[in-house]
Amino acid sequence: MAYETLNLTKTARPKWLDRVVVALLAAAASVAILVTLGIVLSLIFETLQFFKKIPLTDFLFGLDWSPQTAIREGQIGAKGSFGVIPLINGTLLVSAIAMLVAAPLGLASAIYLSEYAGKGARGWIKPALEVLAGIPTVVYGFFAALTVAPFIRMTGGQFGLEIASESALAAGIVMGIMIVPLVSSLSDDAINAVPQTLRDASLGLGATRSETTRRIVLPAALPGISGALLLATSRAIGETMIVLMAAGMAAKLTLNPLDAVTTITVQIVTLLTGDQAFDSAKTLSTFALGLLLFILTLCLNVVALKIVKKYREHYD
Amino acid sequence: MIDFSKSAGFNLIRRHRAEKRFQWAGRSAIFISLTFLVVMVGSILMDAAGTLRQTQIAVTVDLGPDAVDPDNIAGARFGKILKSALRAQFPDAKKRKEKKKLYNLVSPEGSFEIKRQLIANPDLLGGPQTLWLTASDDLDLFYRGKSDASLPESQRRISDLEVAWIDTLAQSGSLRRVLNWNFLTNGDSREPEIAGILSALVGSLFSLAVCFALSFPIGIGAAIYLEEFAKPSRMSDLIEVNINNLAAVPSIIFGLLGLSIFLGYMGMPRSSPLVGGMVLALMTLPTIIISARAALRSVPPSFKQAALALGASPVQAVFHHVLPAAMPGMLTGAIIGMAQALGETAPLLMIGMVAFVVDVPDSILAPATALPVQIFLWADSPERAFTEKTAAAIIVLLIFLIAMNLIAILLRRKLEQRF
Amino acid sequence: MDIPFISASGVNVHYGAKQALFDIDLDIQANKVTALIGPSGCGKSTFLRAINRMNDLIPSCQFDGSLKIGGQDIYAPSVDVVALRAQVGMVFQKPNPFPKSIFENVAYGLKIHRLTTSKQELQDRVEWSLKSAGLWAEVADRLNEPGNSLSGGQQQRLCIARTIAVSPRIILMDEPCSALDPIATAVVEELIDGLRKDYTIVIVTHSMQQAARISQRTAFFHMGKLIEVGSTKSVFTNPQQEQTSNYITGRIG
Repeated sequence: MAYETLNLTKTARPKWLDRVVVALLAAAASVAILVTLGIVLSLIFETLQFFKKIPLTDFLFGLDWSPQTAIREGQIGAKGSFGVIPLINGTLLVSAIAMLVAAPLGLASAIYLSEYAGKGARGWIKPALEVLAGIPTVVYGFFAALTVAPFIRMTGGQFGLEIASESALAAGIVMGIMIVPLVSSLSDDAINAVPQTLRDASLGLGATRSETTRRIVLPAALPGISGALLLATSRAIGETMIVLMAAGMAAKLTLNPLDAVTTITVQIVTLLTGDQAFDSAKTLSTFALGLLLFILTLCLNVVALKIVKKYREHYD
Repeated sequence: MIDFSKSAGFNLIRRHRAEKRFQWAGRSAIFISLTFLVVMVGSILMDAAGTLRQTQIAVTVDLGPDAVDPDNIAGARFGKILKSALRAQFPDAKKRKEKKKLYNLVSPEGSFEIKRQLIANPDLLGGPQTLWLTASDDLDLFYRGKSDASLPESQRRISDLEVAWIDTLAQSGSLRRVLNWNFLTNGDSREPEIAGILSALVGSLFSLAVCFALSFPIGIGAAIYLEEFAKPSRMSDLIEVNINNLAAVPSIIFGLLGLSIFLGYMGMPRSSPLVGGMVLALMTLPTIIISARAALRSVPPSFKQAALALGASPVQAVFHHVLPAAMPGMLTGAIIGMAQALGETAPLLMIGMVAFVVDVPDSILAPATALPVQIFLWADSPERAFTEKTAAAIIVLLIFLIAMNLIAILLRRKLEQRF
Repeated sequence: MDIPFISASGVNVHYGAKQALFDIDLDIQANKVTALIGPSGCGKSTFLRAINRMNDLIPSCQFDGSLKIGGQDIYAPSVDVVALRAQVGMVFQKPNPFPKSIFENVAYGLKIHRLTTSKQELQDRVEWSLKSAGLWAEVADRLNEPGNSLSGGQQQRLCIARTIAVSPRIILMDEPCSALDPIATAVVEELIDGLRKDYTIVIVTHSMQQAARISQRTAFFHMGKLIEVGSTKSVFTNPQQEQTSNYITGRIG
């Protein structure tokens, strides 16, 4: 009796080809690391160049930002001042206004969508809110500069207030609306992750829906919601076009939302759009600002992602 | 006696009132956000409407052999021809200033338009001809009633004399409004009446093409590796963390990266769609990877197992069976990523795509601008007519975005039906 | 014969197009434990949830018929569900303490209904509730620890304490022991038996032994219909319907 022998060694395809393909795929995946590395290294490298010209302490603690470069040799004040505090002030002021708009609107929308809206209403309200997130920021900037800022100025005029045509308030409000969908969709996720049994328990005790939401659901969803708010804040801090078009250029220390302010992002763009020598302190300062922005947003993102992830595991 | 009515105590009246307030707060939050959306898009649409039509002015120009040499049409001095035609039509303009105002009724492009019409149709040569030329933006705005004629003369852009001329022209039927195709077929210009978006649009398309060519293959390659081949290791964890963080890095940081590495270190051409596309590709990469991974996960594992059982190698199983099934989902993610890239402005400003570009770029290395950057540039211009152009450019941008998202939605629908 | 405290007649419940309960007539007496038994999906939980209108939370759910508590139709327009649920409490299948401290879990209902006027009264009431639920001895020194730090059986007793804190007239229990181990089950069963003198208890249970141990009356549901109701003893020893005896002897379900 003869058995047919099975050939278990020969393959039609050479094995090395598979290895090459997998190696190529791995290379594609490592691009993500390369990009991060590229960002970090280029920012750090250029920032070090900058700190050779301007001392670190002047940058971090300086109260004056006026990075003009010398027109002729030996001009007074030629080096310019590179104190970042006014920029941080402006950035935080605009972001705070944006969050004052986005947090209540986004959270209230999320609560309404997850706790009250019927399936039908949810089906069209959610995508309609998402449209806000899909509109390019330059469009918001245009609207902020051309419609919202003059409106605020006019309204302020009615009350005898002198308001600049560009203000932190106009940029902040518009940015806040832009961030609403981000807050609402992440909060919606967090609220939906709260087990239905907790709602049942509260409603079964005779709590109204709003009592259940405020006393049980929201506290339970709080970690997820705070993660959402942190991500939104990071987004507001890194936003460029709206502030560029509507917040102004004036670097000053102010908490008045009706003042024109400038932000880290605005200064980066403004200093880089003119033509100037690549190694001037003015140009290099943008990388120091970029590094600051990167660290700031990265910290917020990392903390936010950690909170959100931990919270998800908690209920899974 | 047991009481279940509203008067049963338990503070019911107060609590139900609080409940109503709470619901009302939620509804008004949604209402405010959506009203903002409607007002924003509505006001932009209203501004943009003015760009739909362009005012033209009929000018009778002398195209006799004295003015234009039939053998050398291009050599004729059309500026002079146009000016004398205008003077003939309104002989009351005597002073230099008045003449200047008179010439300003027609767009500076007017003389080139005469030339183009003649070259296209040489039969016009030989005597006086009435040609329709693009009117200036001031005339256009006034004719459409966008300039306030009741203001004192010193406060408006258009003088009483010009108003009288425009009235005369309107009464004699020498003004008309035509569909403004120029807006779609012209490049940028200092003159709002002839400024168009074609150069910016082509710049955007070039950048997107580069962006797609880079980010799509790299993105799905990375997704395939992470989903199908990567063993859980510190490396793959690191890649995961990196992708998630990159997705939240401000876009302006990518601009800095492009500036220092692509322009500074690698010496690539400034202002080019190549660099713009590369920067956009880095930005969209996380979006594409994340959605491509979701698409791969949605393919039933049986597809791969069946192929493996038939003796395919893991690589063959993935490329022949899993990848085709995941492709529509990956494309959906890629289109959404491209839509994001199309609207992105800040990083392009930083790599110099803010140039004043009149000519349509002919390659990915030529200086170019992009549609959102064009919007930014026009929004900065003081002329009222540019506001309308900006709004119109925004509408064009939004139409592209809506179209891309619709395609993505349709693809997704199709995909949902399949599995 | 006792006057029925809860009285259902002609109750039909639909979930969208699907009918879950068919023409139920059922009387439930005060201060007794009534067990609702039957195979999964037989409608016993639906009936239970109809008694404090928890089904209202499901948009597709449609109730027809009459359900009276103490002679009042609880589906009448004048009825306020908040007032209803405050007086008809519910304990759920899986212990679901709020993510709050043990004290706050019990105080929750008292606070939302403002049933106490002083801090001292609130504390006394919480203590009384925990004692009634037989949990006080175990938690007296750890009232500020989170509710989920307790064991499963303790959590379920905490949920019972939370329910009785607002002094309901009726306590509905939806398979309260199904997630508990046998020892915790025995403790909770003993508690239920003790609560009978102060509350009317309706309990859905999967376990016939449990129904036999703790209830005085038993109603058997099958495929959305009420097949048989009577004293627990007679239902288990001398069922009148064939379906009931099949279920009890383990031939169906």
